[in-house]
Amino acid sequence: MRDAMPKWADLVLIPLVSLVLAFALSALVILAIGEDPVAAVRMMVSGALGSTYAWGYTLYYATNFIFTGLAVAVAFQARLFNIGGEGQAMLGGLGVALICLSLPWPHWALALPAAALGAALFGAAWAAIPAWLQATRGSHVVITTIMFNFIAAAVLNYLLVNVMRPIGAMDPATAKFPPGTHLPSLHDLLAPFGIAFSRAAPANITFLIAIAACVLVWLVLWRTRLGYEIRAYGHSEPAAIYAGIRPVRIVMAAMLISGALAGLMAVNNVMGEAERLVLNAVEGAGFIGIAVALMGRSHPFGVFLAALLFGFLYQGGAELALWTDIPREMIVVIQALVILFTGALDNMVRMPLERLFLALRRGRA
Amino acid sequence: MDFATALQILDSTVRLATPLLLACLAGLFSERAGIFDIGLEGKMLASAFFSAAVAAVTGSVWLGLGAGIAASLVMAAIHGAASISFRGNQLISGVAINFLAAGLTVVIAQTWFSQGGRTPSLIGAARFEPITLPLAETLHPVPILGPIYHELISGHTLPVYLAFALVPLSWWVLNRTRFGLRLRAVGENPEALDTAGVSVAATRYAAVAICGVLCGIAGAYLATALQAGFVKDMTAGRGFIALAALIFAKWRPWQAMGATLLFGFLQAIALRYQNIDLGGVVLPVQVMDALPYVLTVVILAGFVGRAIPPRAGGAPYMKER
Amino acid sequence: MAGAAGGQRVPAIELRGISKAFGPVQANRDISLTVMPGTIHGIVGENGAGKSTLMSILYGFYKADAGEIRIAGRPTQIPDSQAAIRAGIGMVFQHFKLVEPFTVLENVILGVEDGRLLRPSLARAQGALKRLAEDYELHVDPDARIEDLGVGMKQRVEILKALYRQADILILDEPTGVLTPAEADHLFRILENLRSQGKTIILITHKLREIMAITDTVSVMRRGQMVATVATAQTSPGELAELMVGRKVLLHLDKKPAAPGRNVLEVENLRVTDIDGVERLRGVSLTVRAGEILGIAGVAGNGQSQLLGVLGGTLRASGTVRIEGQAIDLGARNAGQARRAAGIAHVPEDRQREGLVMEFLAWENMIFGYHHDPACQRNRALMDNVAIRAMTAERMERFDVRPPDPDLQARSFSGGNQQKIVLAREIERNPALLIVGQPTRGVDIGAIEFIHQRLIALRDAGAAILLVSVELDEILSLSDRIAVMFDGRIMGERRPEETDEKDLGLMMAGVRGKAA
Repeated sequence: MRDAMPKWADLVLIPLVSLVLAFALSALVILAIGEDPVAAVRMMVSGALGSTYAWGYTLYYATNFIFTGLAVAVAFQARLFNIGGEGQAMLGGLGVALICLSLPWPHWALALPAAALGAALFGAAWAAIPAWLQATRGSHVVITTIMFNFIAAAVLNYLLVNVMRPIGAMDPATAKFPPGTHLPSLHDLLAPFGIAFSRAAPANITFLIAIAACVLVWLVLWRTRLGYEIRAYGHSEPAAIYAGIRPVRIVMAAMLISGALAGLMAVNNVMGEAERLVLNAVEGAGFIGIAVALMGRSHPFGVFLAALLFGFLYQGGAELALWTDIPREMIVVIQALVILFTGALDNMVRMPLERLFLALRRGRA
Repeated sequence: MDFATALQILDSTVRLATPLLLACLAGLFSERAGIFDIGLEGKMLASAFFSAAVAAVTGSVWLGLGAGIAASLVMAAIHGAASISFRGNQLISGVAINFLAAGLTVVIAQTWFSQGGRTPSLIGAARFEPITLPLAETLHPVPILGPIYHELISGHTLPVYLAFALVPLSWWVLNRTRFGLRLRAVGENPEALDTAGVSVAATRYAAVAICGVLCGIAGAYLATALQAGFVKDMTAGRGFIALAALIFAKWRPWQAMGATLLFGFLQAIALRYQNIDLGGVVLPVQVMDALPYVLTVVILAGFVGRAIPPRAGGAPYMKER
Repeated sequence: MAGAAGGQRVPAIELRGISKAFGPVQANRDISLTVMPGTIHGIVGENGAGKSTLMSILYGFYKADAGEIRIAGRPTQIPDSQAAIRAGIGMVFQHFKLVEPFTVLENVILGVEDGRLLRPSLARAQGALKRLAEDYELHVDPDARIEDLGVGMKQRVEILKALYRQADILILDEPTGVLTPAEADHLFRILENLRSQGKTIILITHKLREIMAITDTVSVMRRGQMVATVATAQTSPGELAELMVGRKVLLHLDKKPAAPGRNVLEVENLRVTDIDGVERLRGVSLTVRAGEILGIAGVAGNGQSQLLGVLGGTLRASGTVRIEGQAIDLGARNAGQARRAAGIAHVPEDRQREGLVMEFLAWENMIFGYHHDPACQRNRALMDNVAIRAMTAERMERFDVRPPDPDLQARSFSGGNQQKIVLAREIERNPALLIVGQPTRGVDIGAIEFIHQRLIALRDAGAAILLVSVELDEILSLSDRIAVMFDGRIMGERRPEETDEKDLGLMMAGVRGKAA
């Protein structure tokens, strides 16, 4: 039996059509609240791509979404739906903060690997219990990771209010990290090459780490035995068991990698931008990872592109909120529509396209 | 703890359990029909906003309730279309619904009321008023039972009584009617229903619609009875606690009431005691916040008896080839 | 009701020009069929010939792309199962459509309840079931839960469902696949009973013995088309078989006598209990020697799958299993890797569920289970995909997999070619022991010959082979020794030359075989 559609249609056309539908509906919402969608898009483009300052923010957000998107994607490959990226990224922030505040770091090149390790370990640890319960008790990881998001919020709240807040400070946040942990921004990195980049924008070296993470995840999934086993398990559990692949090991591995990736996001937002840990540092990036992974078809390259897109939307949306009456939550609506169309309503787009391709092929034959 | 305090906590338990119970029964109808629903939260939130908005504008809580149910039904229709007609992933659809509600309610609230994503506060007929049951005042002086009747049983708003009346009604519908038989059948083995000549899609849509109505009532209760107006994200995870209660109750109505009362009780305790002193060890308020979720995870871990979901749950129905 | 009207007998069912395509696959092509009332009409054909699709159209489960259906002479639209039920058609599917946690009674009334409340419907059904039980020897406890019933009983519930809906036409899709010969005989008595009361019965099967035993007329389907309809009395199994496959079937397999060597597999007192606490293997002991094929015959569900599971490392068990004298650990979970290391290769019963990852490419499947082999690795971290592809291409040529493209998804191959991929993977390892489940299920005739020859060749090369199959022909023609399983036990052992289908059938039904 031949597939109804060529591969490129499956990989490119369907996500594209879904995206267009999501954007069209978003435009309708903007129209409905009395704003001009065309002007809105123009403002988003100039606000997110119009200057190196704008790019600096877009890439900063994209970096967050690459990590959370990869996190969801890796779990998806094992057919696990990790909704806990939000909580895992929160804990990653705690890991970064503990490491940055523990030593008077002399140079960022030393602080960065240590902080990244802390972020990954804390993120993975927060995914470990849901993973273990799924693997050994069959507790649905979707529900447990949701619960762990709430629990993470309570833990962070407690630590920031009662434990890590410097004496005398009012807001629930840690002290500022020592100067030796300051990460080079894109401005610092591009200056030696004579490329001028905004000094004020938060995009930093973590963006390069995110790209490296994409490559690494691709290598692990498609070039290593572990990745082979994760994908096999994701497609068919009975087949995996037949082949001697241990489900407990795969569920744990996939979820721990997923949690570590989500945790790594904290290097960007906590260490690279805020330089201290504040309440709600993640700002929903963990959830945007779901949309990014769906949009990117759970492939690292797709995740990279989708993260750029959402970085653009996020920065553009912030500009909109600043200059128009369109609230920032509009981005949540767009995100919901992208998840809806690329994730849940996939068949709505796929079925007519399949019929179209079938008709085309018959016409040619 | 004295008797009066205990009564107050229990009274608060009933009020806080009500939205959980309504959402839990909503989820029960949906999931017994084989449609998983993690979008209870979003449906409640949509209803909370639209009920508060319409009640604020018209001054009528009834119109508000209608609007809330309608909004929840729209969300349910999206979930139904994705899960039933387009055979999509029910979990992903639920996630999308939650975000859609979280985003749209604030966007529209801001556009309509310009109060930072809130609705104006509701007063008078725009809210559900407490109902004093007959003889509540007369019987008040009777020791023990009098105060229990007066404080605990009497004096709630209409949705509270409705929610608890729905428990036996749901049981009866599921177990004693043709609709209930078909609904349970479609959740266990949709092919059996299909080959028996009954539409799988229609039965599932009906279940999803019931879920929408009940979530609508739950959301309206939050905004027009428990509180006086809509604020951003006011459901605050109740949809997920209801989901956990549903699992705890093993998808059965009476047990659902027990589970939601337990979680309502936890919330009532957290609300009343910011920090609990347990003989020297002080539990901070955050522990109270996290406790329902921690308990849920413990329940999900299956250490308190195994919960077996409906067999066809979560899977879109496709005729075999 | 159809034939009773007048002198001229009107066909109970008349199909004209029925066609149905699933995407690019033409499942039924211009099919016409006439069935007279009060007869049993057989439809035979290989797997995938389009029998089930045709009957599903008749039952309103699928909608035909073209064609006309007449029931009792009247053109009838059957857009859904409700319409089929109204037209007096009942269907007993191969996979039962019952709600497991419901009682028999609840299953019977589902969809034909009398009103909004259940109580009156249940009361009426109780009475009706009693009458049906008396009329047709269909005794079932109406208050039993389906999940507590055996397959034979479940099938009766399905028949009762159809009769309760007042079906005049009863379609049975492969009804004996899961039954013991005794249960099948009982079923045939019921069917004869129904025929004598004027019901029309369509029996879909690929077992020619059943066709010859019970039908009045028989139609043969091949590749979506109806190739012949004949009176059963005027045909023979040989002729039907030829019509089914479209050419002379190779009835006998050429093979040299076995030259059994040392004991490769020794199984002693193997016991498996499933999660429901049911003992599935009750003390199985057997031996397979190098250079011989031990065939395990039996009705599906009598412990064969568990035997394969234990040997393949997916199930835990108690007892002793030795490979080449080395005991293997039966208590380890997920022991697939350990079993392969011990020299066991496993062609599983369900290749699409277990043997292959359908979304994986052919080359990814060619190392499935052996992906830890040093030959698959480029260095300590990465796999050598180039070498694996080359190895796959070469094996696909040798095993005649068509098309021989390592970069195609497993799902794009036909059943026979999928099986060849699994077989190439398992045989090319030169295992000490090959365990094979249902090697030719859903495989076209050409590939069956090829697969059988490969198994014989592996035997001749000195491997021990344990063959599990529900096809007695296959067991009889391939095996050097035959063991029959019933209810988790070995009922007896035979040499193929000293037994026949009847003898094996008795043992499969649980009648203790005479010591040979």
